[in-house]
Amino acid sequence: MRIELEKRAKVSILFSILSPFIAFALTLVFGGIMFALLGKNPAIALYSYFVEPLIEVWSLHELAIKAAPLILIGVGLSVCFRSNNWNIGAEGQFIMGAIAGSILPVVFYDWQSPLMLPLMLVLGMIGGALFAAIPAFLKAHMNTNEILTSLMLVYVAQLFLDWLVRGPWRNPEGMNFPETRRFAADAILPEMLASGRANWGFAFAIIAAVLVWFMMRYTLKGFEVAVLGQSARAGRFAGFSSRKMIWFSMLFSGALAGLAGIAEVSGAIQQLRPVISPGYGFTAIIVAFLGRLNPIGIIAAGLVLALTYLGGEAAQLSIGVSDKVTRVFQGLLLFFVLSCDTLIHYRIRLVWERLPAIKTDEAH
Amino acid sequence: MPVKGSTASGPLLAVRNLTKLFGSFAACNAIDLQIESGEIHALLGENGAGKSTLVKMLFGVLAPTAGEILWKGDAVRIASPGDARKLGIGMVFQHFSLFEALTVAENIALSMDRNVSLGRVAEEASRLSRAYGLPLDPKAHVADLSVGERQRIEIVRALLQNPQLIILDEPTSVLTPQEADRLFETLYKLKAEGRSVLYISHRLEEVQRLCDRATVLRHGQVTGACDPRAETPASLARMMVGSEVAAVTPEGTNTKGAVQLEVRHLSVAARTPFAVSLKNVSLKVRAGEVLAIAGVAGNGQSELFDALSGEYPVADDNAVHIRQTPVGTKGINARRLMGAGFVPEERHGHAAVSALPLSDNLVLARNQSDRRAFLGGGFLKVIRQDAVKAATRRISENMDVRKSGDDPPAASLSGGNLQKFIVGRELDREPSVLVVNQPTWGVDAGAASRIRRALVDLAKAGSAVLVISQDLDEIFEVATEIAVISDGRLSDAYPARELSREKIGLLMGGLHGLTEGAGAAHAH
Repeated sequence: MRIELEKRAKVSILFSILSPFIAFALTLVFGGIMFALLGKNPAIALYSYFVEPLIEVWSLHELAIKAAPLILIGVGLSVCFRSNNWNIGAEGQFIMGAIAGSILPVVFYDWQSPLMLPLMLVLGMIGGALFAAIPAFLKAHMNTNEILTSLMLVYVAQLFLDWLVRGPWRNPEGMNFPETRRFAADAILPEMLASGRANWGFAFAIIAAVLVWFMMRYTLKGFEVAVLGQSARAGRFAGFSSRKMIWFSMLFSGALAGLAGIAEVSGAIQQLRPVISPGYGFTAIIVAFLGRLNPIGIIAAGLVLALTYLGGEAAQLSIGVSDKVTRVFQGLLLFFVLSCDTLIHYRIRLVWERLPAIKTDEAH
Repeated sequence: MPVKGSTASGPLLAVRNLTKLFGSFAACNAIDLQIESGEIHALLGENGAGKSTLVKMLFGVLAPTAGEILWKGDAVRIASPGDARKLGIGMVFQHFSLFEALTVAENIALSMDRNVSLGRVAEEASRLSRAYGLPLDPKAHVADLSVGERQRIEIVRALLQNPQLIILDEPTSVLTPQEADRLFETLYKLKAEGRSVLYISHRLEEVQRLCDRATVLRHGQVTGACDPRAETPASLARMMVGSEVAAVTPEGTNTKGAVQLEVRHLSVAARTPFAVSLKNVSLKVRAGEVLAIAGVAGNGQSELFDALSGEYPVADDNAVHIRQTPVGTKGINARRLMGAGFVPEERHGHAAVSALPLSDNLVLARNQSDRRAFLGGGFLKVIRQDAVKAATRRISENMDVRKSGDDPPAASLSGGNLQKFIVGRELDREPSVLVVNQPTWGVDAGAASRIRRALVDLAKAGSAVLVISQDLDEIFEVATEIAVISDGRLSDAYPARELSREKIGLLMGGLHGLTEGAGAAHAH
């Protein structure tokens, strides 16, 4: 017996819309089974994981803080993925954006100006874009695989940050802790509301999502992204350049990842540390696909994935499970999203043993 | 190699009530067909009539939904090409499945079910190729071979299985007239040995010349079974198409105007190992002319199209002139802005993006040439859907594009209707220069005649039209001037009235001879 995937003649519109919800429901079911196997009551565990973080104001603020980078990065990646360029290194661009944006508050710490914050944000975007320029250059001019190069550069960025905060940028008044100076007030991204910690990063994310949605839906640039993503040859016929699109999509997603990095550092952490991201750049890939590469869908997906982070922290405290559960939930979710999408386009066919072939005497 | 075990009584292959459904669409609907031993049987029909589906069922590629296949009187189930070969059915597909980097013998050995030494395969293959007049060098690399020679590999590969029935799918569509004549002799030889041939074609003269009986398909049903020699081409065409096909004549084209498209000594190196380089190509197309470039596929047609369209600009700005302005180094949109329009050969993934709706596919070709009408919002370049949709409707009406819904995805249109849209998309701009590569490739007869008429009308209205085509019928229908491309070289252009099919065939051969005589790159 073997299993075959058979392309469906027609793709159901209903199930295309339902698919992310089915994937989320299946994630809950399998998460429940996992909690049961761990000896926890699945109902209580799932409640503390997915509901508790939503019923208090402070935790809603935390949700916005976690969702902001996921949405910002995910929106950038959606443009990249739609153009058939596969930037897997947003985590690295996030870190390099954070480092570039931190040059001012760390190196020029006694400079005070209302320009400080805007300049930091711009530098953050430039830092992310420049770091994404490396795989873009390699793909556009050397024909290397951007999946590998962008992914490997993540480790370069992580180790560079680690070296910076332990070496040249370590806080001289910090009792040898591996971290930079705390940012001055001018360098801190302010809170949006008086009720909690959520900073303007979340607003940036929503604005970016709406702008990208408009670009993809209405403008020639969005059309160019879609055409080159589906057929490079047809794009060439339209007068679009695949090479320029590599640059555009990689730099664009890099800049948004960099913005997410500096917003996170300036708003939530307020200094650089050896680790500044719980894997936002990788989780944003799940966000982009769960949101079906649609910026508005990505807002919703970003909130869902932020909830898995928050729930993981909550469950660690209230029912005493490992924080690795977060990763398990994210993995389950990506798995079910991708398999639901596959089953929308294909049906599974079990092929049993072949009927005996016709017997004839060989002619030679 | 005499045929064993063919019985004198009853047909070799009989098909009863054979049906294939794709969803609710009947590609083949209750087909009856009988093939006798030792006959060449034609399967006629336009594109989409169900010929390929029927043949795929006979060769075990597709499973029938209903009906039965009788082989020498016994019902059989053909589950795979391997089963078909064991029965004694061989097939030569229209699109070859050969590895270009391997030799002829290696390619043949790959298709054998059993392990046979390469030496024996080569020996057997050259024996067969001699016996049937199919000259082949087993050690030659496929990449160096012409399309005709590649087809011979496929035929020899089929003959190695000692089949009693050989199915040939549109075998002459890629051959020069001389190569086709050679193929016919091979087929006569096979027939004389008592083997049967199922010959799929839409070329009526060929079928009349070659075949003993014909089965005609239309919309998945048999519309006629006849002796083709007793019919006229017109009556066969009626069975195929269902109505008289209006012939287009280029006669009466206006007097010639200024040169609108000119190529001067264009040479382009091959971009990939298997591409053809263009060698010193020159041509002129005047307003009111249709210049047709004949030639067998893979002789530099797509490379010429790329250089003319500007999808791959060339180094010399003077190599291409549009309306007497040098544009060799300019991109495709700059050329469009000068009044040129382009229709590439491949519809899906080149001329159109399959998954996108027709309106988006209109923007694809005209995003710069019609930017005033189609784009708004200043630097944001917002696509004005209302203007684009209105133009899509206008084009669809003018070209009689039949589609489901107002703005369906390109993939949902049949080949003919999509091609009408793609050609109409350019005609709608009233281009002063139009370059078309294979305008009616894989298109049904009705759409083809509509498209050809439009090309002739465009030239009559004073535009310069360049048509690259492999289809000689088409060329004679539309061309006022004809040139022949072969191995990246272009012959002089001759007035269409002065050329016959035979002359074109000789031009193809003559040019080939020239390159080989000069001891060029392909000498081994």
